[in-house]
Amino acid sequence: MNTQIAVKDKPRKNALVMFIHKLGSPPWFYGFTGKFIPWLWLIFAVLTVWGLYLGLVKAPADYLQGESFRIMYIHVPSAWMSMLIYSSMAVMGFIALVWRIRIVEVLAMSSAPIGAAFTLIALATGSLWGRPTWGTYWVWDARLTSELVLLFLYLGVMGLYSAIDEPRKAARAACLLALVGAVNLPIIHYSVKWWNTLHQGSSISLTGGSNIDASMLWPLLIMAIAVKFYYAANLLTRARIRLLEQDLRKGWVQNVVRERKI
Amino acid sequence: MNPEYTAGSLSDAFVALVRRDLLLAFRRRTELLFPVIFLLVVISLFPLGIGPSPQLLARIAPGVIWIAALLATVISLDALFRSDFEDGTLEQFVISGHPLTLIALAKIATHWLVAGLPIVLLSPLLALWMNLPLDSLSVMVVTLALGTPILSLIGSIGVGLTISLKRGGQLLSLLVFPLYVPILIIATAAVMAASDGLPYTQFLGLLIAGLITSVTLAPFAAAAALKISLS
Amino acid sequence: MLSASQISFERYFAPVFQPVSFELEAGRLLLVTGANGCGKTTLIRVLAGILHPSSGRLDNRARGMAYVGHYLAIKDDLSVVENLRFMRDFIGTSTRPVDEVIREVGLGRVAEQLARTLSAGQRKRCALARLLLSENELWLLDEPYSNLDQEGVERVDDMLRQHLEAGGGCILATHGAHRPSWRGTRDLYLVSGARA
Repeated sequence: MNTQIAVKDKPRKNALVMFIHKLGSPPWFYGFTGKFIPWLWLIFAVLTVWGLYLGLVKAPADYLQGESFRIMYIHVPSAWMSMLIYSSMAVMGFIALVWRIRIVEVLAMSSAPIGAAFTLIALATGSLWGRPTWGTYWVWDARLTSELVLLFLYLGVMGLYSAIDEPRKAARAACLLALVGAVNLPIIHYSVKWWNTLHQGSSISLTGGSNIDASMLWPLLIMAIAVKFYYAANLLTRARIRLLEQDLRKGWVQNVVRERKI
Repeated sequence: MNPEYTAGSLSDAFVALVRRDLLLAFRRRTELLFPVIFLLVVISLFPLGIGPSPQLLARIAPGVIWIAALLATVISLDALFRSDFEDGTLEQFVISGHPLTLIALAKIATHWLVAGLPIVLLSPLLALWMNLPLDSLSVMVVTLALGTPILSLIGSIGVGLTISLKRGGQLLSLLVFPLYVPILIIATAAVMAASDGLPYTQFLGLLIAGLITSVTLAPFAAAAALKISLS
Repeated sequence: MLSASQISFERYFAPVFQPVSFELEAGRLLLVTGANGCGKTTLIRVLAGILHPSSGRLDNRARGMAYVGHYLAIKDDLSVVENLRFMRDFIGTSTRPVDEVIREVGLGRVAEQLARTLSAGQRKRCALARLLLSENELWLLDEPYSNLDQEGVERVDDMLRQHLEAGGGCILATHGAHRPSWRGTRDLYLVSGARA
């Protein structure tokens, strides 16, 4: 039998490959990301203020729903992010499992709470939006039900990660779970959508139909981009903290503390 | 890890494992009754909790029976890998050179025979208790026959991930129930369509597709989960 | 047949043992010793392929490998014969009849008894019997002498000697006083990775 296990290959001369390889080193990753996280927060803040101004103040009231439709500017980007983050968590999980890269494990695990938070926001805002539209705070419509199942998937990943003691083993298990969930996600999504039409007939669409006026669409797109910056900034911040915790006894952390670069 | 020439025939290993697991289940045959009793108890709670109105029971019968099947499966799943994990047999399987994927498949198959098949066989009685219309009884049995193996297959991934935890069973439900949602939806849709005299074969087709997909993919994921749990 | 170069394994971001390097050739016995908790079992499991090393290079060229560890892989609800027959059928490369193997480890009289009824020493013998079922070049043994009486210890040493004479290799971890006597023994003293 031939079983050969060796650690990382030597980096080739290609600049992009070298960059990616360097990112795999915790101290380098820590230093590099530290430089532009403040910019990410800044862009997020600017875009959010601008988007919310356009959406909450400038956009005209909806013909059907009046002022209450404005909650869409928080609900829809949150829902989009909840799914985007799960997909990116699954992709990172796959990379972490196959190549056993610790930083990718950390990024994947740090994504989970952010995604879960967005899912909660989507559920809460969806529920608030439903009150004026349906008369009750909760209706088992396709989208809310899907978001709820997504929340359970997130909680499962986070729960598994916290239940296993050894951190790398926990991360690997949770990454595998995220991957399995990602494969199932489209199936769950379609079956719930279809379950909804099966039992209730067509439900009221939260976005009020397919024709959206441009003045209503712009704020939505701006908010959609803004939350991505939020995700990036929050994710990198969490990942850096996690790396510090994990490498507490290693030299580079001592250096960071000593040079007050935290 | 062993080279091919010292590892014996894979089909022999598969058969040996199935026989051993069936023999072990037989030696503990009283324990096989626990999920069955659980199923009966849970179903009987519904008329007790909701009232025995035959029309009401008939309306909720497909969902109730299927949910009870889900619960019974999850309860029985822990036994799937626990014994082999705890006594070191699983490590021997990993070292043996036989692909862990097929070993997982063998164990899931015996698990279904021992824990899932009784659910299928018991379903006519459950249908009777829940006043399920007779014309949909055969569809109910078929959905369970197709669906319970899928439950075992997908559930095995969850078991593989939680097997190293002492209280893994509690977390297992959280992990596995969201993945069960599509099966629940499709299976109950089939039975309800049959009750209403509507076409239902497309739902059975979906279940068959689901079964084929799970048989090919789930054991691989379960094996990966087990390797992580062993580390 | 097996070469290890700077193998280490981490738990909780700290190495379990100091990096290990060695070469194992046919007919050689590598004796792994060290204080309690220094990671002998972890090292054996890494060498067996159950664990993936955190760093270093492991090259296992052995034609067949058998591992007897702390967990004996014996089913309580099966008899000795049934346990071994299953292993024989499962591994599929058995070279010796099960009855003969059972006699060789000294379990002839309890062969039909359920494993649950056996003493710790008898269970250990049953696990060790696995080694004899088929030809494996490499044996990985973790505390093979534990729970055995003097006669059991001698049997293990006999099995070991025959295996090594036939060209097999063995890595044996033990913290006990007993050392098998074999000319081709190399020592590996494992040091815990934990800092003081």
